[in-house]
Amino acid sequence: MPGKLKAKIVAGRHLPVMDRASDLTDAFVEVKFGNTTFKTDVCPKSLNPQWNSEWFKFEVDDEDLQDEPLQITVLDHDTYSANDAIGKVYIDIDPLLCTEAASVISGWFPIYDTIHGIRGEINVLVKVELFNDLNRFRQSSCGVKFFCTTSIPRCYRAAMVHGFVEELVVNEDPEYQWIDRIRTPRASNEARQRLISLMSGELQRKIGLKVLEMGGNAVVGYLQCFDLEGESGLVVRAIGTACTLDKLSSGSAPNTNTHVHPNTAPASNACNSPSKDGKEPVFGEDLPSSSGPPTPFRALPTSSSSPPPFSPSKPCSRQSSSSDTDLSLTPKTGMGSGGSAGKEAGPLKTLLRQQTQTALEQREFPFFTLTSFPPGFLVHVGGVVSARSVKLLDRIHNPDEPETRDAWWEEIRQEIKSHAKALGCHAVIGYSESTSICEEVCILSASGTAAILNPRYMREGCLDIGSTDHRFEEPSPPSCGFCHIPYDELNMPFPAQLTYCYHCRRQKVPDVLFTTIDLPPEAAVTGKGCLIQARLCRLKKKAQGEVNATAISNLLPFMEYELHTQLMNKLKLRNMNALFGLHIQISVGENMLLGLASATGVYLTALPAPGGIQIAGKTPGDLSNEHHILTIQKRINDAIAKNKELYQINPPELTEEGVGSPIPEPRQRSRLFRSHSESSDELSELDLSHGKKDAFVLEIDDTDAVEDIHSLLTDAHPPTGFYSCNTEIMPGIYNWTSGIQMFTSVRVFRLSNANLTNQGLNKIFTDLCENLLKSFYFKLRSMIPCCLCHLNFTVAVPEEELIQVTVTAVAMTFDKDQTQEKPADKPITKGSSETEEQLQFPLELCADTSSANTQPSSKISGVPESTNVSSRAASVDYGSFADRCSTWLELLRLKAHTIRRGSVKTSRRTQSLAHSVSSLERCSPLPEGRSRSLRSSRSFGGSSVTVVKMTPLSFLPGIRIIKYLGIINMFFIRETTSLREEGGVSGFLHSFIAEVFAMVRAHVAALGGNAVVSYSMKECVLMENPNKNQAQCLINVSGDAVICVRETDQETTASMTNIGQTCSSGTDGAT
Amino acid sequence: MAVELDVFVGNTTIMDEEVYQLWLDGYTVNDAVKVRMEGGVMDECEASADVLLSDTMDQYRTFQMCERLLHSPAKLANQLLFQIPPHRQTVLIERYYAFDDAFVREVLGKKLSKGTKKDLDDISAKTSVTLKSCRRQFDNFKRVFKVVEELKGPLVENIRQHFLLSDKLARDYAAIVFFANNRFETGKRKLQYLTFQDFAFCAGQLINNWTVGAVDNMVEDMDVDLDKEFLQELKELKILITDKDLLDQHKSLVCTALRGKTKAFNEMEANFKNLSRGLVNIAAKLTNTKDVRDFFIDLVEKFIEPCRSDRWTAADMKLYLTHYTNSAHILDTFKHQVVWDRYMGVIKSCIFKMYHD
Repeated sequence: MPGKLKAKIVAGRHLPVMDRASDLTDAFVEVKFGNTTFKTDVCPKSLNPQWNSEWFKFEVDDEDLQDEPLQITVLDHDTYSANDAIGKVYIDIDPLLCTEAASVISGWFPIYDTIHGIRGEINVLVKVELFNDLNRFRQSSCGVKFFCTTSIPRCYRAAMVHGFVEELVVNEDPEYQWIDRIRTPRASNEARQRLISLMSGELQRKIGLKVLEMGGNAVVGYLQCFDLEGESGLVVRAIGTACTLDKLSSGSAPNTNTHVHPNTAPASNACNSPSKDGKEPVFGEDLPSSSGPPTPFRALPTSSSSPPPFSPSKPCSRQSSSSDTDLSLTPKTGMGSGGSAGKEAGPLKTLLRQQTQTALEQREFPFFTLTSFPPGFLVHVGGVVSARSVKLLDRIHNPDEPETRDAWWEEIRQEIKSHAKALGCHAVIGYSESTSICEEVCILSASGTAAILNPRYMREGCLDIGSTDHRFEEPSPPSCGFCHIPYDELNMPFPAQLTYCYHCRRQKVPDVLFTTIDLPPEAAVTGKGCLIQARLCRLKKKAQGEVNATAISNLLPFMEYELHTQLMNKLKLRNMNALFGLHIQISVGENMLLGLASATGVYLTALPAPGGIQIAGKTPGDLSNEHHILTIQKRINDAIAKNKELYQINPPELTEEGVGSPIPEPRQRSRLFRSHSESSDELSELDLSHGKKDAFVLEIDDTDAVEDIHSLLTDAHPPTGFYSCNTEIMPGIYNWTSGIQMFTSVRVFRLSNANLTNQGLNKIFTDLCENLLKSFYFKLRSMIPCCLCHLNFTVAVPEEELIQVTVTAVAMTFDKDQTQEKPADKPITKGSSETEEQLQFPLELCADTSSANTQPSSKISGVPESTNVSSRAASVDYGSFADRCSTWLELLRLKAHTIRRGSVKTSRRTQSLAHSVSSLERCSPLPEGRSRSLRSSRSFGGSSVTVVKMTPLSFLPGIRIIKYLGIINMFFIRETTSLREEGGVSGFLHSFIAEVFAMVRAHVAALGGNAVVSYSMKECVLMENPNKNQAQCLINVSGDAVICVRETDQETTASMTNIGQTCSSGTDGAT
Repeated sequence: MAVELDVFVGNTTIMDEEVYQLWLDGYTVNDAVKVRMEGGVMDECEASADVLLSDTMDQYRTFQMCERLLHSPAKLANQLLFQIPPHRQTVLIERYYAFDDAFVREVLGKKLSKGTKKDLDDISAKTSVTLKSCRRQFDNFKRVFKVVEELKGPLVENIRQHFLLSDKLARDYAAIVFFANNRFETGKRKLQYLTFQDFAFCAGQLINNWTVGAVDNMVEDMDVDLDKEFLQELKELKILITDKDLLDQHKSLVCTALRGKTKAFNEMEANFKNLSRGLVNIAAKLTNTKDVRDFFIDLVEKFIEPCRSDRWTAADMKLYLTHYTNSAHILDTFKHQVVWDRYMGVIKSCIFKMYHD
């Protein structure tokens, strides 16, 4: 009996009238956990009952504690007939199982009914007494922390990143069970809600077990999804990144600092530095350095090092097509292995690879769901890798053996892994998985960014290697290092134009870079970024079974290719050279496929300037055509020029001779660079690249092409004062103020015209997305200047003629006056690190001689030209110096944190005396002036409801997260049989979304929190039948509940007193 | 091809004050879009008509969902469905309970019943306030009336606490409730020149001085019903006009005081007995509910109109009433000084307020 759960029902308010005669309600409450139920007394004739019940005690296994929700049902007592249910509250008690998270759940919860929505509120108190259980073979994983946040959470530091964890559980969908024919919709909905709650509890517990096995204590970037497969069942699956996190004392909070001002001191470097006291077991020997962390696929031992090409026919599933990607797999794998074997590669790279292999390649899936990393962790980025596969759903016969689904995902993951290898990378970051289901066809998709990571974070206690680590460190500054190619330039996996890095001039970079991660905070960016979307509709014939699946998988590569071309064209048009946060969604409907690619375009200073777009006609002789082309060309050139101005892209003009122009080919040239391994290599034959031309060429050969160009030019710019991006924050904006507004918007468009063309559909779809954006700008105009961040578009084809677009994003205000400025901390920190370098010089000089001896020689052989050897060697030294300096800085910070803070602050003040307030903002991400307004707005009036902020980002501007209270993962169903009366389908969904927000806020407030970060709406499935006056909607949301305080420049004491002022209900849990 | 569904939900509920006003004013979505377009909001953010329509629909839906809460404003503060900053809650409530003077003037003193509600379309046509808005305002009156009917304690304070209204608006509502309860006649042609604010002021005077609450503040309906005992006592004032000596004495005292101070002195002297009879008769008749209803029309007919035809200025009026009231204290045989002051205090300020064009 390792746990005792206690619940107390205090009171209710705003209950609905259940007895028409008296206009009152005789309410009582049933409290249920597992199979035990308690009841309160009936509180007669009151809409605001006071039960003040005793403590109901449940003695349960911690396994149950993790799986089961506490179920509270409010009923109206009826003497003569059956008691009427008013509604229910499900409370996930998982946050109480973690010692560091919440200690009590107490507050007002909305009473929710799947038919009537929210019907009043109930005040509940829940506590858990957990007994220590030392059983090694336990089934529970209490104490493992879960975070939706896809970066290291703000008040922790990553001692070790263990790697990928995944799990899936399957069950029959209650909606499709025979009993559903005889039970009420309410009973059916509740059965479903309860089942999914149970399944996600179970899933979380199982993942937790895996994490414990790996020696970790937390899952970061936890992504849980539902597949409503209809007849064939219900799948709940999750992926995440297992980590060992150390809690930082709330006073020091260097994480917030390092995130925003990462240049000050890459935390990673401190860890293995030989001079370190080594008091912290940062890379503790939790794990014996055996065969690597166990993964769920231990049963498949062969697959780890060289995945064999998939055989086209799988015995385990009725796989209709072996997925387009199979075709590409074989050549890629060959190339990848060639690269990683390092036959022709420079010795340095080989060494680096060999080293990282020990850490990573023994893992079955070196995947990371994180999108942003501690400084120093990310070494190089290769490009986007993605894989899709079309499957036919089959009834899940045995829920306890979810092997078919597991095998499907394993295939996909193997493919991703081999793609990454082909790019010369050993890891995949920013990894995510998704599905799209229509009837019995299911598209499984996975994507991520191939990358090379600094292995130190993952190595299991091999300090001897760690001490010599710096020798193999890439000698590149953090602001451009990640752009340098990880693959061999002589053995490139795809055609690409390489140039020497425009920032450091030492390493090769591609001309364009696509990634799924957030822009590394230390990256050097020119100008601002913007949201870039490619949208595509493809009609397909209605079909059944295998024919349908084949048709879809035949279409997929073309869609990906076209989305790509669009992205590339739009990127060029905006004069940018890199995409971050790329997310490509392909959604399947009965008679069409929708593709939506969203990303944030930026101009990376390290990458070459993009060439323009050149229009070429097919028939050069035709004069009128020529004229036409000229006008289009002019419009495009104008657009590019305008965009340059709009996004303030003024790259520093570098003189060619200064660099020595290491690459003989014309620099401006750019081609369709498919840095992310496309699903099919066949497509390279369709390559749009046109040899040695200067600019990216668009050929006008038919009307379609004209249309394409028109659509390219019709993308509206955000109105003045607005920016938009789909990454965490907007590249190029640094001075966020505390105004935020999270929102969800859903639009469904009905196509009435039966015989639509692809072009017509494209136009409709594009307009739909563009109009949505316009609506946001208009609605949020009072927040100008502001930026829409983390714009997350989800498309679906719920019915034959419907297109549904769901968007969740956050609008954040920023200080307009300083948008032009680069943050002052960059040059300053550079300066300071330089001075520190000088300080360290004598020390380092002797320490470094040995490494300097080996390094230049190995380095040079990896570089084709030998003209600039000396400068290179010097820069290598510089790199290692810088490395050590930051090590030293880190040490200094650990030892004398306050001193460092103080000195940095003053140096900044002197830099920008004109804006004293802004200087404060820069040294801490939390502005003084604005948080004051935040506090005042909170204290305004005597509202009894805690204000809960919500954001899809991992942080709140101007506010510091001091405690993570646990994951919020909620699933709701709402149904109505009086659609018209509820204001039609819009009214129905509007109130449902508002209700979901309200329930999330209430749960967070009850945990003692005042904000939700990394919030996302995973699922919003709407089914309607206006003729029957019915509709049903399912929503799944998740996020991290946190306590946060406004950031002050003072130390902890001050911020602690703040808690009391800002979040009265959060105080008990704060310390 | 059509947008089948279009919703936008913010964690903090987004409300545009301009659209809220249009919604309160009973504009349809399409009319509201037209008004907004004319207002030039489109230029603000490069919006199109579609965007405006979508936004207006969203906002209207939000307001409709909020309306239930606005009916009991206290709920708005501790409901969980909408996260609305407190200052915005205040604005929402204040605006929702605000009313058009033209409309309130029409229903002032009428019974807040179904019958009156049926006539709202006529009122709407007459005042050019939309029917929807008329209904909201009427329902607000009725709701406030119903709630405070059963409450003890001061009327204005009750309204303010239950509906979280500003002091000014709470006082206006108190006036409306008071008028509706006593069914004062305000609709006659002769009373048309009076504004709602004139009546609201008078209501305030009556509530503060003539109701039960003026003497005892813990009775039910204390501020709604007139003090019956007081009304009885008013009959005693009749002596001022029935006793010939007293009347003459009163007149000479007033005339002595006024002589040379006003151009209208002659008219005042000539009309004294008429005017005095008028005021005292009003007082004496107030025991009849019917005459209470005619209180304002009587004041106008018996006092204000005669003075106006004699072209008294407002200053004249003030001077006359002050001396008229004060002189009664000097009358030896007049024993009802307290009642007289309580009566004349209100009459004086009411007439001051009502004496205009």
